[in-house]
Amino acid sequence: MSTARAATILLGKELRLELRTRELLNATVVFAIVVVVLFSFAFNPTPAESRHYGPGLLWIAFLFSGSLMLHPSFAREQTNDTLDALRMAPVSSFAILLGKMLANFIFLSLAELVLVPVFAVLYNVSLAGIIGRLVLVLVLGSMGVVVTGTVFSAISAHARMRELLLPLLMLPVLAPLLVAAVESTAALFSEQPYLDRTWLAFLAGFDVVFLTAAWLLCDFLMEE
Amino acid sequence: MKYRIAIAAFAAALMVFAGYAALYIAPEEATMHEIQRIFYFHVSAWVATFTAFSIVFFANVAYLMTRSQLWDSLGVSAAEVGVACCSIGLITGPLWAKPVWGIYWTWDARLTTTFIMWLMYVSYLMLRGLLEDPRHRASLSAVFGIFAFLDVPLVYVSNRLWRTQHPQPVFFGGTNSGIDPTMAKVFLLCMVAVLVVMVPVLIDRYRTECLRREVEDLRQEIELRTLDSQSRPVKEAL
Repeated sequence: MSTARAATILLGKELRLELRTRELLNATVVFAIVVVVLFSFAFNPTPAESRHYGPGLLWIAFLFSGSLMLHPSFAREQTNDTLDALRMAPVSSFAILLGKMLANFIFLSLAELVLVPVFAVLYNVSLAGIIGRLVLVLVLGSMGVVVTGTVFSAISAHARMRELLLPLLMLPVLAPLLVAAVESTAALFSEQPYLDRTWLAFLAGFDVVFLTAAWLLCDFLMEE
Repeated sequence: MKYRIAIAAFAAALMVFAGYAALYIAPEEATMHEIQRIFYFHVSAWVATFTAFSIVFFANVAYLMTRSQLWDSLGVSAAEVGVACCSIGLITGPLWAKPVWGIYWTWDARLTTTFIMWLMYVSYLMLRGLLEDPRHRASLSAVFGIFAFLDVPLVYVSNRLWRTQHPQPVFFGGTNSGIDPTMAKVFLLCMVAVLVVMVPVLIDRYRTECLRREVEDLRQEIELRTLDSQSRPVKEAL
């Protein structure tokens, strides 16, 4: 079976599993909204200030909810040892990882789809005219979060205290992604919105570097 | 044993001499005066840090290629030594920065990179502690180590694009860079002293790790034997 086909089937399985309960998605969305609301209590920002700090807040909320959301990706497989079944299937380890990455990407995008309008309303940021470019930034940024996060979820699933360990592994590595994503979002939220190509290229580079590393190292992640 | 004591004594003597040279032999710097003397150990600690983390990366890749436990032991030893040297760099830096820049810390490219690097390798060591199965511990932490090492240049570039305040490279920094010849000699001495301390510590840590692994294996074997002896009467009864 080709990697693409196997990954699609696994993606279907992940989506079916999540859509039966929607537990993960609901919890992630609510958590992200809580972060956004708490921020306004902590800083009480004026409209000018929220334009200035908004991008940072938005990405911190994505990163934190990502680190919570990505944990069950592999931990869920451990309860009934279903990862062993996946390993025995005649598909490459990269297909398993890719299927999970795609599913996580869809989950994170759905959470962003809810959070961005809520954020725009609460913090008085106008999205008209920048939606297309904002989606591009969100897609490139979320890809980086999901690629590294899924790999680290596979690592931390074998450890003790894994709920705590995943953010610890993931967040420092995502520091450069945070800088790039925040800067390119800030460029879009400014008075004269523009697409910052340098940071966009950096985000794309980040995604490519870690996707390649994940592809090269996936066999070691999946072994018994 | 004697051999190791001799090396330790030599390293200690060299370190004392290097400290003396940095404080009394090296000439005073024109603008920063006495405070600049911390540079001899600050930069040396940074060189040691980078050497150690490069060894970790090399050991991680070598482990995944050969599956030899020795590489895994080398990886964890070098990571611990690297974190120790990195901590020295992170402590001596702000001590220097306060009188010269007026602040202890600034989020500049090199400072941020070092700090993130320190966090990542502390996570690496924590991850190792939390993975119980030795095979998983070795391969999964090697994967994380490779990801962390790949991240270091990205952290640097991202912060470089942002803003930077750290002094420009003094060595090979183009025109108007370079230092007084006595300073250069003292600096070289300090760097050698730090590396002479670092290498035996690394080797000792590596030996301890090999011994620890041996104890772990033996303990497992004893457990298996006791299990076996408990089940023997049952087998015989059958």
